[in-house]
Amino acid sequence: MDTPLTRLGRTVPGHPLARHLGLALGAGAALYFLTSALSPYNDFEVGEIALYVVALSGLSLLTGVNGQISLGHGAFMAVGAYTVALLMNHTGANFVLELLAAVGTSAALGVVIGIPATRLKGPYLAGLTLLLALALPPIADKWSNTFGGDQGLTTTVPTAPGSLNPEEWLCWIQVLGALVTVVLLANLLQSRFGRSFRAVRDNEVAAALAGVHVARTKVLAFSISAGCAGLAGAFLGLSTGVVSTGEFPLTLSIQLLAAMVVGGTGTLVGMVWGAVLLVYLPQWSTSLSNQFGLGTGVNAYLATIIFGAFLIGAMLIAPSGIQGGLRWVWQRARGAMSAAGAATNVQHGVSQGST
Amino acid sequence: MGHRRGRNGRPLPWARAALAVAAGAALSAVATSAPAGAASTPGVTAHSITIGATVPLTGPAAPGYDEIAPAMNAVFDWVNAHGGVYGRKILYKYLDDGYNPATTATLTRQLVLQDDIFADVGSLGTPTQAAVQGFLNAQKVPQLFIESGCNCWSNPKYPLSLGWQPPYTVDGKVLGTYIKANFAGKKVGYLYQDDEFGQDVVKGLDMELPASSVVSRQTYDAATLAGPLSNQVAALKAAGAQVVVLATIPAATALAMLPAAAIGYSPQYVIDSVGADPPTVGPLLASFTSKGGGSAAQATAAEGLLNGAITDSYFAPESETSNAWVQVEKKLLKDYAPAQYAKSGLDGNTQYGIALAYTFVQALQKAGKNLTRAGLISAIAKYGKSFVTPGFVPLSYSSSVHFGFEGEQVYKLTSTAPPAVTPTGSWIGSTPVSPVYVTSPGKGPVKKYTGKTSTPPASLKRTA
Repeated sequence: MDTPLTRLGRTVPGHPLARHLGLALGAGAALYFLTSALSPYNDFEVGEIALYVVALSGLSLLTGVNGQISLGHGAFMAVGAYTVALLMNHTGANFVLELLAAVGTSAALGVVIGIPATRLKGPYLAGLTLLLALALPPIADKWSNTFGGDQGLTTTVPTAPGSLNPEEWLCWIQVLGALVTVVLLANLLQSRFGRSFRAVRDNEVAAALAGVHVARTKVLAFSISAGCAGLAGAFLGLSTGVVSTGEFPLTLSIQLLAAMVVGGTGTLVGMVWGAVLLVYLPQWSTSLSNQFGLGTGVNAYLATIIFGAFLIGAMLIAPSGIQGGLRWVWQRARGAMSAAGAATNVQHGVSQGST
Repeated sequence: MGHRRGRNGRPLPWARAALAVAAGAALSAVATSAPAGAASTPGVTAHSITIGATVPLTGPAAPGYDEIAPAMNAVFDWVNAHGGVYGRKILYKYLDDGYNPATTATLTRQLVLQDDIFADVGSLGTPTQAAVQGFLNAQKVPQLFIESGCNCWSNPKYPLSLGWQPPYTVDGKVLGTYIKANFAGKKVGYLYQDDEFGQDVVKGLDMELPASSVVSRQTYDAATLAGPLSNQVAALKAAGAQVVVLATIPAATALAMLPAAAIGYSPQYVIDSVGADPPTVGPLLASFTSKGGGSAAQATAAEGLLNGAITDSYFAPESETSNAWVQVEKKLLKDYAPAQYAKSGLDGNTQYGIALAYTFVQALQKAGKNLTRAGLISAIAKYGKSFVTPGFVPLSYSSSVHFGFEGEQVYKLTSTAPPAVTPTGSWIGSTPVSPVYVTSPGKGPVKKYTGKTSTPPASLKRTA
């Protein structure tokens, strides 16, 4: 019998939304236990990883899937962070609405930047977005009465329920935000929009001939990517406790781009590796330089140097980043396993045949 | 038969879920039972006190400011070499935040949650420390002697945060008082950094100077400071300002004086202490001149621009070599931080670090053998006024006042005073030109200080 219910039952397990939701729920449950087991400081770090996953996923969509580049994602993060901080200081709005507003304002700026970006490519687009990263902080300094100037605007995380410690609570908020973002993006990429993003990346003329509105698609990708950066910025503002211009230096934008490439451009899971590197590399490089007795002058740039080395290494050995490399290893292993499996089956068959 | 298994020999799904839940529960049980022995004070053992800080060791704010923490460590090493405080050695862990508040937030959590510091002592910067003020107070970690003159540190909302240096508004009031008394009737112009530092200095100046005497107010942005402040200087000249007050960081002081000299404009300079330390500003004037294509002779001459400038100080500057504090500080830095001494010598920044660390050591002594965080804060509130420091005035700490020094003296940089000699060269000296003034950052009057100025205790002198 073909009732609507059975039809639903047949379609749901294979539906991308269900699959992504299932994966996200699994990851969420694992992270729930992980954060309960970790120390508050490690929770704080997991939260930071989550916020960078949000920013990098958006960037991965823009660059890897749609073929546009941005050296100004730090500026979109700043817009999101200031939006949340301003709302927190001037209104008593609902926390979730404040986060959505951060996504909204940065996505709107993404449209504004995305429109001229449709006419620019490669280094010219990089230049335009670089300008954004350089130009936004002075604006916040200029109108210091509104944006708090040097001192910045304070942010407050909603009080943790029960006896939960604040680091764990913030970590949950950020992890949840990252899971929602990744699920939504994963679905988007499997939808009509994802296909048009890729079509535009591969060949704009062919995409236009196939009926894809190239300019609109590019602006949409830019806007979604900027919205993700806005949410990440809002989360960064919550982690820091203050939103001020010093948190969004040019190096942030550059590091995001590098982390995305190292993680695996165009993938979403790869962004986790990129985010882990962003959070832990400075610590590893500090302990490394302490071990070898390097001065602070070296220490400050060691993380950037290692990142650079990773970047060059990725370009040479694994252009699809860590995730691409892992996927390659996995496929090889699976290939080997199934080959081995086939071999045992054959042997089995032979032995069966002999009895 | 073994265990019941599903197809393919894998455990049944419900069994897997149950396993996961059990593992998770076990993990969380471990996590909650771990830090049970929290009866003692974090960071304090019978033999040590661990404290931490975040300071800019690299990046744009580092030049000069990176000298403070090593100088503080010299004091702690001196204390440790003499048996510590109640037998406890002070371990000072300072991390580089590059003046980025997001990095400060992460590193401060690392210090508090992972390294279990007893207190955050001598962390630098307004935006950076504002970022962690809420966190440190919520965690009950004292945020002591913040290296910034923001008016924001004395806030009842944050009982564990204490400033140390005079609030910038006090700088402005003292300099304004001097201008009113000595340059009466002259036209005054301001050039200030357009953030809380510059604005607070101007707030203090405006309390003392009649509004009609201020003919021009120019600003610059610290983040975009890259070249000479020619436009601002030209505007000050056009407005006919005879006295120019600079509320500037050292680089901006140099970038204002050089273009002024180039257009033949030589007003009476009054420079806030933040941007007036000759061993810091002198080399900048010289290097900017040679970078701008000036000859070696012109570079040397550029240092002469500081001659005659008025500034303020709250402790005896390094050029007063006969001052007992300066002698003690020099010896201490030389013996206990030889690498830093070779690099910078005793200058305004290393003096600052030594005085701040010595303040903290006394707070530890007064907090007693049974050291707790709350005990430390109340010891400072109770005994802070009696601490011995190089400051001209005693510290102002009480249960409601969380500012340190609220008194300063006006100085004139002059080539007739003995110079400040450091490993980097010989720099213009200075001489006091006013009584010591005391005032609060609020509306209160500027008064002459009539009390005593402390001298270094025998223990410090013996070492030195």
